Amino acid sequence: MLYIKCPHCGMRPQTEFSYGGDASVKRPELNKDISDQEWDDFVYNRKSLRGKHLELWQHISGCRQWIKVERDTSTHEIFRTFRADEEVA
Amino acid sequence: MSQNFRLENIGLINRDKKLSFKFNGKTYFGYEGDTLASALLANGVHLVGRSFKYHRPRGFFGAGVDEPYAIVQLYRNNETEPNIKATEQELFEGLEAKSVNCWPSVNFDIGAINNFLKIFLPAGFYYKTFMWPKSFWYRIYEPFIRKAAGLGVASIKHDKERYEHKYEYCDLLIAGSGPSGLSSAYAAAKNGAKVILAEDKPRFGGSLLTSDVNIGNQSGKDWADGIIAELKTMPNVVVKNRSQIFGYYDHNMLVMSEKVSDHLPSTKKYHPNKRLWYIRAKEVLISSGSIERPIVFGNNDTPGVMLSSAAKEYLKVYGVLVGRNPLVFTNNDSGYETAIEFKKHGVDPIVLDSRKNPKSEIIDEAKNLGINIKNSYVVVAAQGYKKVKSADIASISEDKKQLGKIENVKCDCICVSGFWTPTIHLASQSGNKTKFKEEIDAFVPGQSKQNERTLGAANGIFSLEETLKTSFAAGSELSKKITDNDNEVSVPNVVEKKSSQHDKFWCVPLPEGKNYKRFLDFQNDVSVSDVEIALREGYRSIEHVKRYTTLGMATDQGKTSNLNGLQLVSEIENKVVPAVGHTTFRPPYTPVSIGAIVGREVGNHSKPTRKSPMHTWHEKNNAVFVDAGVWLRPRYYKRGDENLFEASKREAKNVRTNVGVCDVTTLGKIDVKGPDAAEFLNRVYTNAWLKLPVGKARYGVMLREDGIVMDDGTTTRISEHHYHMTTTTAQAANVLSHLEYYLQLVWPELNVNVVSTTEQWAGAAIAGPKSRDLLKKLFPNSDVSNEGLPFMGYMEGDLFGVKARIFRISFSGELAYEVNVESDNGNFMWEKIMEIGEEFEIQPYGTEALSTLRIEMGHVAGSELDGRTIPYDNALEGLVSKKKDFIGKRSLQRAAFTADDRQRIVGVVPIDKKTSIPEGSHLVKDANAPLPNPKLGHISASCWSVEHDNPFSLAILKDGKNMIGEKLFVMSPLKNKIIPVEIVSSHYVDPKGERVRS
Ligand SMILES: [Zn+2]
Repeated sequence: MLYIKCPHCGMRPQTEFSYGGDASVKRPELNKDISDQEWDDFVYNRKSLRGKHLELWQHISGCRQWIKVERDTSTHEIFRTFRADEEVA
Repeated sequence: MSQNFRLENIGLINRDKKLSFKFNGKTYFGYEGDTLASALLANGVHLVGRSFKYHRPRGFFGAGVDEPYAIVQLYRNNETEPNIKATEQELFEGLEAKSVNCWPSVNFDIGAINNFLKIFLPAGFYYKTFMWPKSFWYRIYEPFIRKAAGLGVASIKHDKERYEHKYEYCDLLIAGSGPSGLSSAYAAAKNGAKVILAEDKPRFGGSLLTSDVNIGNQSGKDWADGIIAELKTMPNVVVKNRSQIFGYYDHNMLVMSEKVSDHLPSTKKYHPNKRLWYIRAKEVLISSGSIERPIVFGNNDTPGVMLSSAAKEYLKVYGVLVGRNPLVFTNNDSGYETAIEFKKHGVDPIVLDSRKNPKSEIIDEAKNLGINIKNSYVVVAAQGYKKVKSADIASISEDKKQLGKIENVKCDCICVSGFWTPTIHLASQSGNKTKFKEEIDAFVPGQSKQNERTLGAANGIFSLEETLKTSFAAGSELSKKITDNDNEVSVPNVVEKKSSQHDKFWCVPLPEGKNYKRFLDFQNDVSVSDVEIALREGYRSIEHVKRYTTLGMATDQGKTSNLNGLQLVSEIENKVVPAVGHTTFRPPYTPVSIGAIVGREVGNHSKPTRKSPMHTWHEKNNAVFVDAGVWLRPRYYKRGDENLFEASKREAKNVRTNVGVCDVTTLGKIDVKGPDAAEFLNRVYTNAWLKLPVGKARYGVMLREDGIVMDDGTTTRISEHHYHMTTTTAQAANVLSHLEYYLQLVWPELNVNVVSTTEQWAGAAIAGPKSRDLLKKLFPNSDVSNEGLPFMGYMEGDLFGVKARIFRISFSGELAYEVNVESDNGNFMWEKIMEIGEEFEIQPYGTEALSTLRIEMGHVAGSELDGRTIPYDNALEGLVSKKKDFIGKRSLQRAAFTADDRQRIVGVVPIDKKTSIPEGSHLVKDANAPLPNPKLGHISASCWSVEHDNPFSLAILKDGKNMIGEKLFVMSPLKNKIIPVEIVSSHYVDPKGERVRS
């Protein structure tokens, strides 16, 4: 069971969180004319990375904030966590 | 029979407490502190089971967790549990156990015929033989194998035992209470660290209970007792026996199974049977010790052949002689320690040592005691079927290839020691890549992966002095890092006998002309020849060899067999052992009861139960409840001996003719507040929200980004910047997360907050032509006329002193209102509605009537919004704005979603107007078409229309738009029904929607 540092609440067990997928996905702007390909990339197409992955989790049984977690998908090592509004370099 | 093999003056058992127990129907006696194994051995019972494949007789091989043979079916307190290791089961008064894997009995076993057919049962034989012809597998092979080769039998009764889960955090978690665990725990505890020390056995001390050593001028055992006693007095230390740490998971989370009640005749009231501990430790010290490994020789599975350390443990801990005429076969000094204990207690052993001329203090002591020692000697084969009667022994050449002349010596047990294998399972589970240590012919942990460190024998350190030194140091160092304390503890002086180098020898060659079975894996009956076959057939990877031969795959997970298997592969392949590599260790280290894993989340506890504030009223009024997610909702209110069908029909009809009231507290409610709330709703819902005035409600549909309908509900503008959103009961939590996602991540610039208010409001839907009359009496001070409160209107009202929200919304299709009050006033509201509604012939209605009403109206719900439908499919395309953008809009342009013959909701009526249509049935064109009959759609919801008094269903049908008036067939292979039906509009009642506006 992972141990995740919520930037708002501190170290909390994985059972308090729910997973939200790739955090690097950006929703296309509203009212923008975009191609099918662009839209499909947003809705469906994901890289299944091995290694460092920036992903979303929601602290659902805690502060209910969505957070960003930088995790190694093969070792589960968590490097850093960020608030939703933090830009990750 | 009376414990003939029990010695008087040795052992840690309580002789004042004699216990009776039954094994295979026969009564025996033992003492408190015995295991089932030690008690049976005290009574001279060596035959306990049959092996998995060949059904050869099985005795005891070990004395603890590594035991591959002695697996029994346990009976306790009218319950039964399979696959219990007799070596781990503590004796209690009245214990009953039976052998497993033998039929009809342990002494006469029909499966043993496999033993004589063993030429047909080589490695991979299941794969090869039983796969062909295919039909034989199901009819003949599999049933036969199951009957003859199963392990224990699981009880089919409900398990009345209780299992608990516990979550714990600590600075240092220490696995094992041997010399290493005790030392590091003590040092860390002295520095004030929060320590958990776990021991899987009932007694603390590990190897100190059986070894002949001195620590701090006292015996090893006395020293251990003293340390444990002191640790138990310290508030920062938790000391747990009967507790096995079986899994090392991510981020230093370890799981431990504590046997709370297994050693008792029955579980004490309010106590669990087992307790599963989830422990998050800052540092983990693995002091799990080592397990002796066998030397492989002919018939080495005969009862009476056992590990020399086990023989010593039975003697020193339980005062039990495993034989009166023992043969000790060793390649290292450990065998001598066992021989010395035998000798000290009046038994004359013979020691066979594969080494030519070993010298050490221990060997000197054995010699001084006059023990018969034969160097460069090996056991070639054990003789005897159900018990060792003698051994064929021979001298062996220095290169271990040539055997001398075979001699036969009488003996009643063979105690074997092939040196020690560190127990590295936990380290390996943590992700530690283990490394092979040549000096000890075994793997030890390598570079730490998580915050774990392995100490003592588990790390391949067999010197007590060094173990104590390194363990004290580790305990001090790690605790200091955490607590900043540095309380020096001095390492006690150690007196131990030094050992000499072991012999790198693990398998006795076959003598000429003999073809003895030489077993590697005792539980799965994998022999040397099986591995040879696997390699001959081209299997190379150790993982493949393991699966092909099943080596190490039994319930003991190869604790005594893995390394010898590797040695064999490395020898045949002419590779060094580390190049062969070992198979992966995975949790659990030992089998764990399913009950312990499940914990208390069984039956009604498997999920929370939520009840509305009016629950008690429903109960008192004969409500029959149904699970709606985690909620309990009244399904119908039973009158007399009505059934579900009759009651729901009555309730629904009463809504259509008079007035009914339904508890809608369970609907999800979300407060949406902030200056940008309207803009936010406009993006979330498919329809337009910017112009909704205060005091008005609107029905909305929200999509996922892939265009699929996520949920629907009405949202009301309570004030300028305050909206009250409702969701379906099932989707409430998902919708909240969904909204939070967009607010926090996608459009953080919107000034909006959302919060769940589901539990803050009690809700009652009041529906029916007389509902306004009722409302007028409930709210005499409010204007609830059609003009004062029009359809989709909202107002606040005063319900006899209680503040209420009144919404004019309808799910039933009738003139209807929804009244919300604060939850605490829910019951008051409900009772008032029932009291005042009496003159209008009000009746409460449950979810079944609610469904009937919405189905015949063609209102969609969860069964249509099933995660596969878009707005068009639900005839909701009118709510999809063409002007503005919203979540999921772009997806609606996909070709499949705009196809001309896209599926769409329709109504379905049976031609005979009588036959009920099962939900989930398929719609087909031709009932007699060959299978697979093309499916045109499916029935999503069915009811008995109270308006038309005949069955009516909703269906999602391909090209539904153009199918009205068509005649199709409903097919339900499950219910064995074929029903001719006509497709009609989904709006079966009041298609113009006049009633809600009346
Ligand atoms: Zn948080």
